[in-house]
Amino acid sequence: MATESHNATESRHTAAPQELVSHLITQQLDNGLQVILQPSRAAPAASFWLWYRVGSRNESPGLSGLSHWVEHMLFKGTAAFPRGEFDKAVARAGGVFNGMTWQDWTVYFETFPAERIELALQVESDRMANALFDAGETESERTVILSEREGSENNYFYLLQEEAQAAAYVAHPYRHPVIGWKTDLHTISRDDLYSHYRTFYTPNNAIAVVTGDFAPDAMLDKLQHYFGALPAGPPVPAQRAVEPVQIAERRVLLRGQDPTAYFLQLFHAPAAADDEFLPLVVLDSVLGGAKGMGLLGGSANNRSNRLYRALVETELAVDAGCSFGPTIEPGLFTFQATLAPEVEHQAVEEAIWCEIERVQAEGVTAGELQKAIKQTKAQFVYSSESVTNRAYWLGFSAVVADLDWLAGWAAQLAAVTSEDVQRVANIYFTREQQTVGWYVPESE
Amino acid sequence: MYPNPSDITRVAFSNGLTVLVRENHTAPVAVLQGSLAVGSMHEKPAQAGLAAFVAAMLSRGSRHYDFDAFNEAVESVGGNLTFGVDAHSTDFGVTCLREDFADLVAVLADALRRPTFPAVQVEQVRRQSLVNLQERDEDTAGVANLRFYETLYGRQHPYGRATSGYAETIKPLQGDDLTAFHTAHYTPDQGVIVVTGDVETQRVLDLLGSHFGDWHAAPAQRQLAPPLSCPTPQRVAAVMDDKVQSDIVIGAPGIARSHPDFYAVRVANCILGQFGLMGRLGTSVREEQGLAYYAYSSTLAEIAGGVWLAAAGVNPDHVEDALASIEAEFIRIGRQGVSAEELADSQAYLTGVLPLTLETNEGVAATLLSMEWYGLGLDYLLRYKEMIYAVTVADIQRVCAEYLRPERCVTVVAGPAAA
Repeated sequence: MATESHNATESRHTAAPQELVSHLITQQLDNGLQVILQPSRAAPAASFWLWYRVGSRNESPGLSGLSHWVEHMLFKGTAAFPRGEFDKAVARAGGVFNGMTWQDWTVYFETFPAERIELALQVESDRMANALFDAGETESERTVILSEREGSENNYFYLLQEEAQAAAYVAHPYRHPVIGWKTDLHTISRDDLYSHYRTFYTPNNAIAVVTGDFAPDAMLDKLQHYFGALPAGPPVPAQRAVEPVQIAERRVLLRGQDPTAYFLQLFHAPAAADDEFLPLVVLDSVLGGAKGMGLLGGSANNRSNRLYRALVETELAVDAGCSFGPTIEPGLFTFQATLAPEVEHQAVEEAIWCEIERVQAEGVTAGELQKAIKQTKAQFVYSSESVTNRAYWLGFSAVVADLDWLAGWAAQLAAVTSEDVQRVANIYFTREQQTVGWYVPESE
Repeated sequence: MYPNPSDITRVAFSNGLTVLVRENHTAPVAVLQGSLAVGSMHEKPAQAGLAAFVAAMLSRGSRHYDFDAFNEAVESVGGNLTFGVDAHSTDFGVTCLREDFADLVAVLADALRRPTFPAVQVEQVRRQSLVNLQERDEDTAGVANLRFYETLYGRQHPYGRATSGYAETIKPLQGDDLTAFHTAHYTPDQGVIVVTGDVETQRVLDLLGSHFGDWHAAPAQRQLAPPLSCPTPQRVAAVMDDKVQSDIVIGAPGIARSHPDFYAVRVANCILGQFGLMGRLGTSVREEQGLAYYAYSSTLAEIAGGVWLAAAGVNPDHVEDALASIEAEFIRIGRQGVSAEELADSQAYLTGVLPLTLETNEGVAATLLSMEWYGLGLDYLLRYKEMIYAVTVADIQRVCAEYLRPERCVTVVAGPAAA
């Protein structure tokens, strides 16, 4: 093993780290695999996450959906664990597992009763190198993924999001849906998938995170045992596209038979590691309320925020909010609303602009800043209860920024001022840089 | 060690409310989950959605917390305080940091006991509900589920109608209906509150005593659910022409939570449609034939009965193939049973995964609530493994043959007509 850094040497095995980022042990294996450990005895459970720095961001035109499909193929068998045997082995050991693909990453995880965690290392190291990509299985999975996509296509809000996202970018691959365009899903071949797998599924492009009840030294030995012998891959191809500054407002109008009308508004926004990221997180919270930090977002009571008051209490919408998440490259800040019956989209659009302009002119109040800080503190604590959530946040942060970024989150958020929020609102929310999507029921 | 009689404190209040507390000091979090014995079974079929409407109003104004005060109290501390409704219960939950727990329990108690049903808020909730129902009725999975339960039990039975109601039942509800329902049915009798997390047991008991101890109301009417009629097996098509994918639900009446076959059905269902990537159904429909992204089975075991169903989302052109495959699996597991290995695998999974469901305070609270609600005993988790391992290959075949016969099944397909 090569570089090693213990950033918490005083106590390497505590009952429960009170902070998401504490008692970490980080290493890099000689083949480039980055390792993050967070031991904890809070519960007799352990979670293993293997992150690959690959997602729809790394896909070329004509090959959209490649990363997500590769993720599926890693459940279709290796020589050691033929199709179905992986799932059974994990379940038999009382474990839960899944795989997920997003714009910036693909991840696999297993959470086990603590004493069984080694099985996760065994199966993940095996399929990092040995997935079969059988031709027949590839074809069978094509229809499964088309079915996954068609399930989403049933929903007009999904279609509106997909259309608006594609319109918001002209150059950057964030424009493609993670699941892929249907046309690409019909033509992608087994060899396309295998080549993507061999290019990006390498130790030097991966991060292994282990959280929970285990002995750190023994875990490091096991990681070396299972992953240390895998050869490093070639340098990973860089994603080179840079989205040009948007100079023209873009509008998407989707019509359909479902009677519920939807509104979307997208603005380009900074990457996770940018200094202006956290002021926009505060703005997201003030405008749209607290967001859960659970694996899939979680839930939070959310009716005292500005958008709810301006849109729902005024009966323009039955639901309204905004969202802004961390991405490697500049992403999108999104406003969305479900319209109340008989309301015009234009009225909703103007009401949102009214709230944006209020922040641009006046900033936010001290009370709103305090609320955002307290909500963040609470969400971090809730999130720290589960080894699965801890591993998710540690690995996710390492992919989109780095661990210092997560460690500094709470303190830097607390340092955000009203002027900071006002400044970023003026920079990022302009009429010519918006992409607006309307879903209009055809009966209207 | 699982929660057990030695670390759970159980106190029965004189008004019929039962309180369970289990301390867990690993994170500065406090969680409360509870249920009152009032649900959609207490509403008239013509007022479907009334119980859910009342629950939605609890957070929109009570004697000491109007809408804004409720929101500020909960959201300014980053807490969660939610309400929901099922056939037999009105459920509520609080998750917050330790230091805010007493404040949020005060809000919860006021909301449950003293809601004011402000007219403006009634109309807002109605408007939101109507749009939510409209969205539900455009969702193929939502429609397939709804039609399935309606066909199985009929809208006259609380299990056969949507707890969220229907446009025609929500529109005529008046503020007086809401008030009257709350007055008639909200009671601490037979209610349960569970608290877990970084709390001190005696302080929790004192706190809950001060907020709920003097609450006296009519006895709960928990056993009101009418007996289930025997459904007519049939196939229902809900045609939704603008959709791309169809959703299938196929199933039959199952068993109540208290039925002696409960554990055999649980293990059998795991083998059929859960284990690994969705059990035998996933292997056949998804892995081998590539017909669907999801194909699984599930069971619901309630106080008065239950269901056992399979569901899949498929291309309209694959509906018949997928249905035939699911029915073939129903028949195969009933006629040929399962192997000793399959049984052992699912027993290992169902018992092995238990620590993961008990990892968080919310997981523990939900488990304790269910244990108390269904009268399973405080030692339930200590006995659970034994009960799962008591299930035999013969039990599995027997319950599958009895409950999953295709001729007992109702089938619903929601989606576009096949090309």
